Amino acid sequence: MIGRLVADVPRRAALALSVFFLVLLVVPWFANDYLLTVLILIFYFAYTGQAWNIMMGFVGQLSLGHAIYIGLGGYTAAVLFSYFGISPWLGSFAAMLLAVLCGAIIGFLAFRFRVAGVYFAILTIAFAEFARIGFDHFTYVGGSAGFFLPVSNYSQSDLWTLRGKPIMFYYLSLGMTVAAVILCHLMIGSRIGYFWQAIREDEEAARAVGIDTFRYKLLAVVISAAMTSLAGVFFAFYYNNLFPEEVFSINRSIELILAPIFGGLGTLFGPILGAFLLTGLAETLTAAWAALGVDVPGAKQVFYGICLLLVITVLPDGVWPWLYRRLGLAGRPE
Amino acid sequence: MPTDIYLNVAVSGVLTGLVYGLMALGLSVIFGVVRVVNFAHGEMTTVAMYLAVVLFATLGLDPLLMMLPIAGVLFVFGYAMQRWLINPFISRPEHSQFILLVAVAIILANGLLIVFGPDARSVQTSYAFDSFMIGPLIVDATKTFAGAAAIAVAAALFAFFRFTRLGTAIRACADNYTGAQVVGLNVPRLYALTFGLGAACVGAAGAMLALITDVTPPLGPSFTLLAFVIVIVGGLGSMPGALAGGILIGVVAAMAGLFYTPSAKGMFVFAILVLVLLFRPQGIFGRRA
Repeated sequence: MIGRLVADVPRRAALALSVFFLVLLVVPWFANDYLLTVLILIFYFAYTGQAWNIMMGFVGQLSLGHAIYIGLGGYTAAVLFSYFGISPWLGSFAAMLLAVLCGAIIGFLAFRFRVAGVYFAILTIAFAEFARIGFDHFTYVGGSAGFFLPVSNYSQSDLWTLRGKPIMFYYLSLGMTVAAVILCHLMIGSRIGYFWQAIREDEEAARAVGIDTFRYKLLAVVISAAMTSLAGVFFAFYYNNLFPEEVFSINRSIELILAPIFGGLGTLFGPILGAFLLTGLAETLTAAWAALGVDVPGAKQVFYGICLLLVITVLPDGVWPWLYRRLGLAGRPE
Repeated sequence: MPTDIYLNVAVSGVLTGLVYGLMALGLSVIFGVVRVVNFAHGEMTTVAMYLAVVLFATLGLDPLLMMLPIAGVLFVFGYAMQRWLINPFISRPEHSQFILLVAVAIILANGLLIVFGPDARSVQTSYAFDSFMIGPLIVDATKTFAGAAAIAVAAALFAFFRFTRLGTAIRACADNYTGAQVVGLNVPRLYALTFGLGAACVGAAGAMLALITDVTPPLGPSFTLLAFVIVIVGGLGSMPGALAGGILIGVVAAMAGLFYTPSAKGMFVFAILVLVLLFRPQGIFGRRA
């Protein structure tokens, strides 16, 4: 297992990754709470980007409704914790189960009825919107008035109930991102990973050589849904509140796909780089605007939109593949 | 409940649905020819609505009269956007186009926020509360004008595509991209023209929507989604389908509001979308690809 994990990683890359990881491990000793929150946000996007990338980057299925898994995961674990006192670590299994079920239904319907491309994307939006309005009227979890987790001032962090200070969430999000990268690295180099890439490149041809495309596409949806639901659990316990208008909204689905596309679709490092660049850009803009004393709502977002537009025009494959070539690295960017 | 109420609500749904149908028609025309899904569609609609609001508030110009000038402004906007921004993306993958248009949507929505602030705006005309009595029916005057105008604009567009040389050329591009280039058509210009026409539909629909509902800057995504639903239910690329889809969705939303609760009408709308996608993916009026 470990052998396969590092076998095809070039030595220089392994060294760079180790240094990068070590820096991230010791950052909390030097960083203030603000920087920590920004880094948590970056890891949240790096993690969800990794999860979404399995469907789009590996298998070529464009989902624009991943908010449904965030929402289902968040609500499941939050309800189990608040109403029944069940730890989020155990609640995560229920959350994943529900997300897997939901993903399986969406995937089954879509692939069984040959809903593909743009139509598939819109089907995923429809399910997320359906869930949003449904939860708005679901009074057991507070409906549109929202659901709140119990909070108090913590002197110590309790990892078992995930109640505590930013530093705990920092390490949690870092751990989740690293685990996701390792999982994706293992999957993409496995038999399943090659089946996925074959389907992405040419589904007809993949079917012709005997790949059960229905099963492997469904598998990708289910894995991606389960991983995304964990991000939802994290979201719920980190922010301590859930509003259907907020967690299930189309904006949530869009923001989590920006990092992988911006960074480089289908690569492992792309979503991470994308999360760093985009969140970094947004936070720098906030800081710059504050320093300049500009207080115009919307101005920051306009600038963010222009940056996004420029980069996608100049680097259509994303930043990481471009950077990879500039660094003079051989082979395909991973 | 007496039958009158059902009829009144249904007629109101049909009229509102026609306006939404016109907005969706823009999306359908753009996708049918240029093969780009305009994810900034709703934001363009809100821009048109704000134009109508501003013209009414400052100069007292009626949105029904301003419908064509606003459509003209949006035409120029759409033409320019396709010509210089989207054209390089024509042969790029869908997700790349998607990010581009999401970026445009972010810029438009927040641009509106900077200029107009977060408060809801609306147009209050002198005839806002007028209505016609037709037998047992009470029909809202504003919605009647808006619905009639939507039909007129859609008919004009249909005639353009059907009977003019330019319209025929655009249809040729939609049918066969390479073939259109071979016979010497200037495809990028025709694409820009199509995008402009789609945007003009949005402009006309937006001007009328300003009469029917309030407008706020973050309204865009919900309009985009509504346009998607209508277009897919009617059949992507089918012009009568867009209007018919608009009417169907308008009536379903109105009826769901009457029988259940207005805030849940979106659920019924999306349920119809899912059913259509699964059992008749080409839409009610669409042809199978």
